[in-house]
Order: sequence, then C-alpha cells, then structure tokens
Amino acid sequence: MATLEEIRVAFPQIVNEIAGVPVAEVQLDKAFSGDLDIDSLSMVEIMVAAEERFGVKIPDDQLNKLVTVNEVVDYIHSQAA
Amino acid sequence: MSTTEDTVVVTGLGATTPLGGDVRTTWQGLLAGRSGARALPDTWPQDLPVRFAATAVADPAEIVGRVTARRMDRWQLFALVAAREAWQDAGAPEVDPTRLGVVVCPGLGGISSILASYETYQTQGWRRVSPYTIPSVMGNGAAGWISMEFGAQAGAHAPISACASGAEAIGYAIDMIRSGRADVVLAGAGEAFILPVAIASFAAMRAMSQRNDDPEGASRPFDKGRDGFVIGEGGGVIVLESAAHARRRGARVYAVAAGAGYSADAHHISAPSGVGARAAMRFALDAARVKIDDVVHVNAHATSTPAGDVVEAAALAEVFGAGKVVVSATKSMTGHLLGATGAVESIATILALAEKVAPPTINLDDPEDDLPIDVATEPRELRSRTGAPLAAVNNSFGFGGHNVSLVFTAP
Repeated sequence: MATLEEIRVAFPQIVNEIAGVPVAEVQLDKAFSGDLDIDSLSMVEIMVAAEERFGVKIPDDQLNKLVTVNEVVDYIHSQAA
Repeated sequence: MSTTEDTVVVTGLGATTPLGGDVRTTWQGLLAGRSGARALPDTWPQDLPVRFAATAVADPAEIVGRVTARRMDRWQLFALVAAREAWQDAGAPEVDPTRLGVVVCPGLGGISSILASYETYQTQGWRRVSPYTIPSVMGNGAAGWISMEFGAQAGAHAPISACASGAEAIGYAIDMIRSGRADVVLAGAGEAFILPVAIASFAAMRAMSQRNDDPEGASRPFDKGRDGFVIGEGGGVIVLESAAHARRRGARVYAVAAGAGYSADAHHISAPSGVGARAAMRFALDAARVKIDDVVHVNAHATSTPAGDVVEAAALAEVFGAGKVVVSATKSMTGHLLGATGAVESIATILALAEKVAPPTINLDDPEDDLPIDVATEPRELRSRTGAPLAAVNNSFGFGGHNVSLVFTAP
C-alpha cells in the first residue's frame, strides 16, 4: 500500500509522463485544468494510469470533483488505505 | 510574376518521406534516383506475400516527442511534422487567425490506432482504451490538431478521396483562397499504413508488387516487368497564400497554384477508366487558364500497377500529344504514399518548376511497347516551348474513381 508521501512523489511523475508537465510544476495546490492546462482526455489517461500504479479505483463520477493535485493525491490515499 | 486578384501562390513546403525527413533531402533523393524501398524487419509476418515497403526515414514520434506522439496516430504525426516544416519554410507568416485555414487528410486514416485499441479492449477492458483513439482514427483528426497548433480559424477540412486525398486537399485550399475565405492555407496529407493487415488487404486485391528479392527494383512504372505498387508512408504539406498577401509580406514564391481539376470515373471501385483522368486534366488546365502547349512536365500518378500505368499513359498522350511533355513517375523512388502521394508529388512538381528540372523515373529498363509518352529516366532540364511561364501538372487518382489534377506554373 502506497503511503501519502509515496503518492506525492509518484503521481507528478505520471502527470509528466502523460501530459508532459514538468514534475516540479505539479504542485499540490495546482488545478489540472486551470493551472496545468491538462485537458479532459489527458485527465482520463492520468486517472487510469494512477489506478494501475496505486491499485485503486477512481470512478468517473469522482473525476470532475477532483480539481487539484492535492485532491487527487488525497483521494488515491484514502482508497489505498 | 503577373497575378490577378485571385492568384494563389505556394510559399512554403514540408515533407517527410521514405527518401528523407524533410523537403531538401527528399528532393535530393529524387534527383539522385534513389529508391526508398527496403526489406521489412524480420519480425514482419513471413507468410505475407509482400515483405518490403518504402518506410519513412525519420520517425515522427521521435521528432514531436512522447506527449504529442501518444495522442496522435502516426499518419497525423507525419502531417504535423510536414506542416511545421512548411510553416517555417514560408517564414512563419503573420496572418489573422480567422484568415488562416487548414486542409489536411489521409487516404484511409488511423487504422493502427483502432487495431491497438481493439487489442487493449480485448485484453484489458474498455477502461484501458486510450481516450485519444477516436481523434486518432478520425480522417479529419490531423486537420484539427494542425489548426490548434497554428491557431487556424478560417476552417479545417479533410477532403478524403483515397490516393487522391493529398491533391484534393490542395485543390480545396486553392478554392478557399479564391473564394475569399482565407488568405493563407496549410494543405496536404499524411499516411501510415504499413501494417500486416493493410498489406494483406492490398495483396488480396492483387495490387502490390511481390518482388521481395529486389525491393529497390519493385516500383517500376511503365516498365513491362511491373507487378504492382510498393506501399510507402509519410506526409507532405504546402503553404498556399493569396498572391496579394504574399506580396505584402515579401514572401518567397515557389510557384503559382494555378488550378485544380476533378472528375469521377463512375466506372469501377478500383480500376481506372481513363476517361475520368483525361477529364480531370482538361478541367484543371481550364481552371488554371493554361494552354496545353505551355505544359512541359507531368508528375504522373503511375503507381506501377499493370492496369493503371497504361491507362494513364494513353490519357496523357491524348491530352498533351504523344511525347510532348516530360513525364516523371516519382513513385519509382518514394513508393506509393497512398493518401499523402498527391501532396508529396505536388512538392516534387513545384520544385521541378522552380529548379527547371524533372526528376528521373527509375527502374524503367524495358518500357511498355509503343509507350506514347516521354518518360524521363535521368534528371531532365525543363524548357518552355512557347515562351510562356513553365507549367506542370500533378496527377493523383484514388480507389473509388477519384481523379484530381493540379496545375502549377512558374512564378
């Protein structure tokens, strides 16, 4: 089971891999759409990759509610716990 | 250059082909008579009757980078790479976004993406399927992506007509400028269809060369030994511009895109009638207001199929007179880039005019008996017979009976 710290390190790498945003810019308070310019299709890819990486399920109805990096990290952590 | 209000000029060229990763190396390869056909790797299914192809020299995924590559099909990447080169070559023109258009398409589309997603769906379920599958498969996908990259808001179009697609895109772009919808248009095509299922499908039509022991000698238009086309891949895009816009910004002009002619055979889904080809050439000359005797060069469609080449040769002789124009069949070197062929061969036609030299046709060792056309087997200097600016024609024909002829003239 991934710790919160591990998710905080690994998740930005997933964002970088899929959307090309530099890891250093994927900070906890950043919004995917507003700050990082990640579109809805890339967001789907990121969530599917995160599901695979952390062994969690992120239902589609959660997708629109998770606006910032921190919200996703917390959600993954809560599911992984 | 004498221009009228509706004159359209070519101000930028971009290409990525089996001969080179850009226009310069492709053109050098053509003039040198180099073949881009090569054996496919050992991983290629050995039960297929065709085990060679004209693969692109430069991998577009490496050029555009990982993030873009995962969003687009390979055919779209070829088109994007060519569009970027053409845009830079045109001097990255300042243009009102609402006056900038894109006309880019494939002949077939993103087959490899749909195959990959089908595999993912079968093995891992629908949630793992890439959300970029549909944009990758869409025949209008590259037009959309390229419009985003350049902020082109005047319209993004994809006039698909199989192997006439690239030429049809350029014709559509000429119309966009002439009708006042745009000042500048990026026009062309990409294709990436070197896949086992594609080769199985074309081979099922008995359309492909099976000269596996001699890939470089396999594409041999107008030669008695030809046994089908050689599949190629790549992309070509040109920048078309109203002459007035080009003049205002002091752009370099390669050629005038003088006119396009279209026809439909309404005859057979894959075999040409010849009637349609003649009509397309004549319509194009009329549209371009170019006299037959001003035409010095034709880049023929000439795919190296037994049926197609003789039909086109007869049509050329009937329209221009036997042996009157210098004909080049550049597919002898590039292979058949399917939908992208009309764009890449337009670039060859434009450069032939700009440099006054027709590229050679290779592998023409034993021409068809009584071939009624003059095919250049070495680079051939182009000279005017009438004193008028040099004019040249690019022919592209597609399954479905689509015929497109484009006329370019020297500036």
